[in-house]
Amino acid sequence: MTSIEVWNASVDFPIFDAKSRSLKKKVLGKVGGKIGTDSKVPVIEALHDITVSVHAGDRVGLVGHNGAGKSTLLRLLSGIYEPTRGSAKIQGRVAPVFDLGVGMDQEISGYENIMIRGLYLGMTRKQMEKRVDDIADFTELGDYLSMPLRTYSTGMRVRLALGVVTSIDPEILLLDEGIGAVDSRFLNKARDRLVDLVRRSGLLVFASHQDDLLLELCTSAIWMDEGHMRMQGSLRDVLKAYKGKDPFQNISPETAARLGIERPVSVKGGE
Amino acid sequence: MHATSTVDAADESAATAKPTPDRRSWERAFADLRDGFTQRELWSHLGWQDIKQRYRRSVLGPLWITLSMGVTALGLGLLYSQLFDASIGTFLPYITTGFIVWQFMLGSLTEGTNTFIANEGLIKHLPAPLSVYVLRTLWRQTILFAHNMIIYFIVVTIFWGSLTKSGYVLTDAGIPQPGLGWSALLAIPGFAMLALNAGWVILLLGIVSTRFRDIPQVITSLINLMFFMTPIVWTTDILKSKFGESAGWRDLWVVELNPLYHFLQIVRAPLIGNEQSWHHWVIVAGIAVVGWSLALVVLRNYRSRVSYWV
Ligand SMILES: Nc1ncnc2c1ncn2[C@@H]1O[C@H](COP(=O)(O)OP(=O)(O)OP(=O)(O)O)[C@@H](O)[C@H]1O
Ligand SMILES: [Mg+2]
Repeated sequence: MTSIEVWNASVDFPIFDAKSRSLKKKVLGKVGGKIGTDSKVPVIEALHDITVSVHAGDRVGLVGHNGAGKSTLLRLLSGIYEPTRGSAKIQGRVAPVFDLGVGMDQEISGYENIMIRGLYLGMTRKQMEKRVDDIADFTELGDYLSMPLRTYSTGMRVRLALGVVTSIDPEILLLDEGIGAVDSRFLNKARDRLVDLVRRSGLLVFASHQDDLLLELCTSAIWMDEGHMRMQGSLRDVLKAYKGKDPFQNISPETAARLGIERPVSVKGGE
Repeated sequence: MHATSTVDAADESAATAKPTPDRRSWERAFADLRDGFTQRELWSHLGWQDIKQRYRRSVLGPLWITLSMGVTALGLGLLYSQLFDASIGTFLPYITTGFIVWQFMLGSLTEGTNTFIANEGLIKHLPAPLSVYVLRTLWRQTILFAHNMIIYFIVVTIFWGSLTKSGYVLTDAGIPQPGLGWSALLAIPGFAMLALNAGWVILLLGIVSTRFRDIPQVITSLINLMFFMTPIVWTTDILKSKFGESAGWRDLWVVELNPLYHFLQIVRAPLIGNEQSWHHWVIVAGIAVVGWSLALVVLRNYRSRVSYWV
């Protein structure tokens, strides 16, 4: 069963400067005993006492100001950071799309990069070879796939990365902002695919500053504020509290119909 | 290792909170190694990519590795056989082989310290076992070693006559060597043993260096000295002739206390038909046991901290 459970988790980054990283201080420090506070490593509390549980079928948006801890929370959920206090339990195959540059080689072709990204996500070469055509289809990159990656635009990279993660049937999809770089037509296509993935027993957590993207992809949301979880609930409620206005106020009727929401405030969406 | 003194002190008090597996468990340390090994396609690909990247757009590509080893071997061989008045037919292969093995040890030590630091981006963006990066470094070194071995085979072909002659001596009045034969195959388990040890060295140095950034500097500053302390361009015959026939390990402490010497011998001696001694194997096996135990303890305790430290 795909799920992520986090209990009272905190993430503290020790900040080592040159002094605290060096051995000299450790060795010499032993001789004279403790010298008060300066033996302490300063710590940044990026996340504080987080308790969340995300289950199969959930599509969760993360909102919050810069430095609120959204990206850090995504890394906690992916298992990259194990909580310094508290605990986390991740069940399911994780496919993160955090930084589009990482794990991509600028000098080799799109095809090769598809392979490598697949390998990173735990696939084998054989499995990836079967999916390459499907990915090429989906990304619509055509002949560009045999060009080196450095010739790609940002949006083309996003297409490639999204193509790979959606093709490997991941159970846990974690997206950080950055996928906004694609054009709206492709976004629609990606959205259908992502929603479909989540429906087939997966879950999605997506951090973004763009309301429209959140509306497209998520149903519930978490509002992060200075490392704390300020609010958790339906996307509409959280966005309303975060932005101070109803996010559905000025969307077009067509979009509203597609997203399956009643437009005016008459009916409250979600729980 | 008081790496996380302040941070970890806070850990322990709150670690009792919830029913999930402990961050510091043997189970997860071994799972890391196991998962790393099963991702063979990933690390072998990455290891190759590292090498290809280095020689991208150059005409000869990775052949440069082979070529530069050839030039070095030729130069060192010519120079030192003159200096020691040794027969070039056996001394050049001796230096070449020693230098090839040395390159592997050097790479494992110096690049081992950088294993996780160099992979910072990947570690922070993709959840993968730490051992994948260890194996990437080890595989890269192995590929380099294989490229260098081409020079070994060329040299052995050229000097086949001198090397296969039973009773040849490396330097004047040295001990007679049995000569190259089927026992050369012992170099294969020898290299396997060397690689096994390189594994723990990379893992241990990698983790410690991420926390203490002075370690790579310590290693680089000592490594040149180690090169000259290890009998690569000189021979133990020289020491023995100084102390006479009865020279025991006390007289030979300069080499016997040098762990790199034992690693060198289990690979080099069979490759050029030198006299082999079982005591090198015993010492090397002992180092493997102690080293892996140490590395596993460090992996268990600090595995989950590496992504915070890089
Ligand atoms: N590797 C790190 N070392 C030290 N501090 C860090 C590290 N990563 C994040 N932080 C700190 O954690 C806090 C949260 O950062 P995070 O990147 O999660 O914010 P965010 O919500 O994603 O912001 P943005 O909207 O700008 O992307 C920040 O104060 C940042 O300084
Ligand atoms: Mg961020």
